[in-house]
Amino acid sequence: MIEKRSLVIIGAGPAGLAAAVKAKKAGIKDVLLIDRDIQLGGILKQCIHNGFGLHVFKEELTGPEFALRYIREIEELKVEYKLNTMVISVDKNKRITTVNPDDGLIVYEARSIILAMGCRERPRGALRIPGTNPSGIFSAGTAQRFVNIEGMKPGKTALILGSGDIGLIMARRLTLEGMKVRAVCEIMPHPGGLTRNIVQCLEDFNIPLKLSTTVIAIHGKRRIEGVTIAQVDDSFKPVKGTEKYIECDMLLLSVGLIPENELAEEAGVELDPVTGGARVNQYLETNIDGIYACGNVLHVHDLVDYVAIEAEKAAKSAVRKIKGKTRKIKKRIELITGNGIRYTVPQFIDVTDKEEKIKIYFRSTSIMESIKINAICKDEIIFSKKLKRVAPAEMEYIIISTDDIRGRKMIIEARAK
Amino acid sequence: MKKEMVCISCPKGCRMTVEYEGDKVLEVLGNSCSKGWDYAVDEITKPVRIVTSTVKVRGGKLTVVPVKTNKPVRRHLIFDVMNEIYKAEVKAPVKEGQVIIKNAADSGADIIATLDLKKI
Repeated sequence: MIEKRSLVIIGAGPAGLAAAVKAKKAGIKDVLLIDRDIQLGGILKQCIHNGFGLHVFKEELTGPEFALRYIREIEELKVEYKLNTMVISVDKNKRITTVNPDDGLIVYEARSIILAMGCRERPRGALRIPGTNPSGIFSAGTAQRFVNIEGMKPGKTALILGSGDIGLIMARRLTLEGMKVRAVCEIMPHPGGLTRNIVQCLEDFNIPLKLSTTVIAIHGKRRIEGVTIAQVDDSFKPVKGTEKYIECDMLLLSVGLIPENELAEEAGVELDPVTGGARVNQYLETNIDGIYACGNVLHVHDLVDYVAIEAEKAAKSAVRKIKGKTRKIKKRIELITGNGIRYTVPQFIDVTDKEEKIKIYFRSTSIMESIKINAICKDEIIFSKKLKRVAPAEMEYIIISTDDIRGRKMIIEARAK
Repeated sequence: MKKEMVCISCPKGCRMTVEYEGDKVLEVLGNSCSKGWDYAVDEITKPVRIVTSTVKVRGGKLTVVPVKTNKPVRRHLIFDVMNEIYKAEVKAPVKEGQVIIKNAADSGADIIATLDLKKI
């Protein structure tokens, strides 16, 4: 049986919730939100710390409170949602095959799809750490779920590898719950997470942050007993003589997130090898007409507020498409990452017959101070913005008018002032 | 005296240089809003933090419910507040905003639930 819906949103975390609310409010009656978990809210439910919502709600909320704001709107607006429902496949004709224990198999045919599946954590296997394979090695998010949702202590003493925000947050959380955090090790010479988390999660609790340091061996048979850490040189090779044994019964990994795009790939959505997410235009539309992406499945965000804002934009674009109000595309401009720029979102701009201001988000490749961000078309700088400081951990943006763009390529680069 | 600090009022994390004498702040440089000034004054005189954790639940769909202090508490009281949170237990159902501990560890802040939790 095939059921028809105007808009199907896959994933009911912050991106999916915000997109669903926006689309329903914009007049789309048959919005369907699908999630594999048994509750709405996604990972926000386990992010019990505060710091969410300053941009969207103008107040500081915890993850669960942030999610609740949207969940209440979903209920009030009577948005249709299916929980405990796995999407098995999506195809380029926008057919979504789902399965759950109550309905069995249902295929939906949508006029538009918003991909909002979020991301998963990089596992140990992606790091190639030598040593045994005992229990006690967790991704930081898994440990977070154990502590904050299941109410369990995953161990007594931890070493955290990777200074991503989840790792920093978990360093504080484990400490507050009476566990000992020996150190946070970061292979890069700079921390991965937000500075505020270095201050309030590590410095407040005197947890050492060891930069340019990594784990080179894991010890223990059944349960992890310790790790060997060592400093690394400029090419990330361990430096002889700096090895140190650290006793611990937990190793938490906070070493990056990977957008979860298996479904998108199967549908034929082109991915950006740098972000791991879809390549999109300024409307967050992928190469497949009517399939949009937003939130962490598109690129990993620093703040959930930005996820929600991006999701609303995707919803707005999808609604415009469903209502048949899209403008004719005149030409496509490819964005090229120049000096110092790791990636941009969007990756291409579809220029229509009307002038448009385009917000281009980017991350830098390294920490740089006193720089200019230039947009270059046909060897000419068409836009320049001064920035005091950029860092890979902090997303920045520039705004460019489509009227200023020449040719079919635009390079975005960072240069010293 | 001069002190370099990062404002933690929001995720922007402004790097600030704070000039002060004793516990009087004379000048704050590098902040992009008034929260930076307030944060600098608090850090010099009496650092405060919001504490978030979980409290045990009886008869709920889950065994713990997330909680927070309804206002920032003095930093040196964090573990005293946590000690009261460890001991607390609440009966399901729990509503967001429900007070679970009043004036935890004499910090002046209440511990409130941050999520609705249904009965089994």
